[in-house]
Amino acid sequence: MDNKIAAVTMRNITKRFGPTLANDKVWLNIYRGEILALLGENGSGKTTLMNMLSGIYFPDEGEIAIDGKPVVIRSPKDAFALGIGMIHQHFKLVDVLTAAENIVLGLEGKLDLKTAAKKIREICDTYGFEVDPDQKIYDMSVSQKQTVEIVKVLYRGADILILDEPTAVLTPQETDKLFAVLRNMRDAGKAIVIITHKMHEVESLSDRVAVLRHGQFIGDMPTKSTNAQEMTNMMVGHPVVLNIDRPEPDDPKPRVEVRDLTVRDVEGTLKLDHVSFTAMSGEILGIAGISGSGQKELLEAIAGLQPVESGSIEYIADNGQREQLIGKDPLAIQEMGVALSFVPEDRLGMGLVGNMDLGYNMMLRSYRSGKSVFTNRKAPYKLARQMVDFLEIATPSVETPVRRLSGGNVQKVLVGREIANAPSVLLTAYAVRGLDINSSYLIYDTINAQKMRGVAVVYVGEDLDVLLELCDRILVLCGGKVSGIVPGRGAKKRDVGMMMTKLGGNAHE
Amino acid sequence: MNKKTKTPLFHVAKRAALPWYKAWAIRGAALLLALVLCGVITSLVTGEDPIAVYGAIWKGSFGTPRKFWVLLQNIAMLLCVSLAVTPAFRMRCWNLGAEGQALIGGLACAACMILLPGKLPNWAIILCMIVASLLAGAVWAGIPAFFKARYNTNETLFTLMMNYVATQLVAFFCVVWESPKGSGTIGIINPNTQLGWLPQFPSQKYLLNVLIVAVLCVLVYIYLNYSKHGYEIAVVGESERTARYVGIKVEKVIIRTMLLSGAICGLAGLLLVGSTNHTLTPTIVDGRGFTAVMVSWLAKFNPIWMILTSFLLVFLGRGAGEIATKFGLNRSFGDILTGVILFCIIGSEFFINYEIKFTRGAGKED
Repeated sequence: MDNKIAAVTMRNITKRFGPTLANDKVWLNIYRGEILALLGENGSGKTTLMNMLSGIYFPDEGEIAIDGKPVVIRSPKDAFALGIGMIHQHFKLVDVLTAAENIVLGLEGKLDLKTAAKKIREICDTYGFEVDPDQKIYDMSVSQKQTVEIVKVLYRGADILILDEPTAVLTPQETDKLFAVLRNMRDAGKAIVIITHKMHEVESLSDRVAVLRHGQFIGDMPTKSTNAQEMTNMMVGHPVVLNIDRPEPDDPKPRVEVRDLTVRDVEGTLKLDHVSFTAMSGEILGIAGISGSGQKELLEAIAGLQPVESGSIEYIADNGQREQLIGKDPLAIQEMGVALSFVPEDRLGMGLVGNMDLGYNMMLRSYRSGKSVFTNRKAPYKLARQMVDFLEIATPSVETPVRRLSGGNVQKVLVGREIANAPSVLLTAYAVRGLDINSSYLIYDTINAQKMRGVAVVYVGEDLDVLLELCDRILVLCGGKVSGIVPGRGAKKRDVGMMMTKLGGNAHE
Repeated sequence: MNKKTKTPLFHVAKRAALPWYKAWAIRGAALLLALVLCGVITSLVTGEDPIAVYGAIWKGSFGTPRKFWVLLQNIAMLLCVSLAVTPAFRMRCWNLGAEGQALIGGLACAACMILLPGKLPNWAIILCMIVASLLAGAVWAGIPAFFKARYNTNETLFTLMMNYVATQLVAFFCVVWESPKGSGTIGIINPNTQLGWLPQFPSQKYLLNVLIVAVLCVLVYIYLNYSKHGYEIAVVGESERTARYVGIKVEKVIIRTMLLSGAICGLAGLLLVGSTNHTLTPTIVDGRGFTAVMVSWLAKFNPIWMILTSFLLVFLGRGAGEIATKFGLNRSFGDILTGVILFCIIGSEFFINYEIKFTRGAGKED
């Protein structure tokens, strides 16, 4: 590999955002016929580096060369002209258009959808994609949308592909499919860069890994000659223990009893169909399922944010007294004395206010306290400072708007605030989505600490490996129905995966 | 791909927060640039001496004590309406009905002044005027707020339409209460008895308004920044879903805030009719309901900065009027100068938020 000319050479790349050094003299080579995994903690500058390659940002210093020739990439258009295509975490598709229309959108020349559809089918056949050019985007699953994004950049002639956390939204089966396609593309001589946090994916897919830490290039090596532990240590900068604790539940008692819960969304689609389960104190109940199987509605119904069609959700206090939660809004639930904390999926859209600073976001839960008409600002800022220390939140100050923080730190702010509430029930949705290893483990530890406090934890997750390691019991949802509840200890990944796609799975074979 | 690689001469990058003195240096430079530009335009287009034109603009506001007090009164009234729209704006609720809300407040005030004398003592009339004006303004804002909270209607259109209803209502009552008969206008109300006229400081007929608005400005600032209500307004404005998530009743906050917004508009109507003009015309608010939008935005919804922005707009407006009369120029010329100045000031915000980096060592070999 040493004599090969790099498809992309990035030399001495530096990018600042104000005082923050996002990339500090980074050198990186990307080769054709190779899958490069770009690793690093949240905020280590991976996405920034790739954004400079795809023309979204312009580097403050440094040079980029394609096939040995120095180039200047000023816009995404320049990047496309050089054969560089990036698939972002958030898809950039027009919902009401078809796949083919989205793919040709913005291209110059005559609009000829028939030829386009033919070319799209050719691309699909070459690499093993499954895309219907005439299907509308709004009819597609997340994984299909992602496929359209990939075909879109291939259609434009990209032979250097960058994928930013492509598997964050996919089921295990979809991930396998994506990886097969990526391997095909590699074998066809394309250069592929994948940004991911999941170590087992790095190990199974990539040929080479490159590690960034705090904006600096730490090193690269062939994947074969390294392992998860070494890569993690390089990312974090010090040795990390890669084990999730699972202490035995201490005296579990029923805490939240859900019976025959049925929920329809505003369009009248059935989202939850007679769901019944009991969440116990001192226990982590995992919720597994393909995204959109009713996880969001389930948590929001318990939290008092989702109108319910029928069923019952009862909170059982320590003295055995039962309180019906249905029909009560979050304020009423709080006033009943039920300490219910909720870490929603959409952190900046629901759990936090992006334009407000850390202190003001802490205040969201506490601002009502006291009789005064004025808010108490000292306590939330003090809490914010404690949180910054305790959860190692990387922020310039507690007066920084949370939207300026990286994803992992935003999540820490949210989880920190919800736990500071001393909950007796903790609902979390995708608590570690987009978080790096170090932050993820910190969140697992924090959740475990809550479990040991006797909190009933409901953990909606997407990473089956984590669910199997962390949870005491796992409830599998499939199309809004309970596909089964299995004990976390000893459950097989394959069985749970089957239950996610088929009611009951083959667990009872 | 045979394109010659050209390194761009400069690119734009987002700045970190600037220290306040640098930000103000940039704003000052923008103002200076604006004045120079205005000078150049003036001498090129009219041949007048720009220094003399600037002098005239200055004299329009500070030429005589009377002009100075008129300036203060105009600032006070514009600021009052701007303070009214700001709580709604902070909630991202675009209340464009301040014009009508102030007008309907003025109508309620005038009604008390015309109908109540003889039935109630003067102090009771004034009390009724205050209550009626605030209430009328609040109701005028409350109607669109109710529909927005309940049915999620668009508040921008709704409040805008309410302006026309208010104007027509006032035009109708101007005929009902016309004095003298046949004039179609109300004229000075109770000119002899001065019943319902708000008490004035002996020497300064505008001082009361100025003081009331100054106190109001501080109160609104405290309300928005330090009270629980103000916090709820900010959360609802930023994200309704987050507000619901923490148990804030969004509908209640929308209605409450719009009622407050309308009530302050009603106060502006009260001051215009009961304290300054002692009459009512359909144009008594004089477009302040719309100018207030600019005042509030320019100050980024900060009541204290709004003193500055309302001063700027009133000062420029008065100056435009002055040069129109003094140099026989069209009044529009003053508006052109105002436009140039506002362009520079608003444009300077770009340089406060972004910096332009010139590429060093373009095309260097390594």
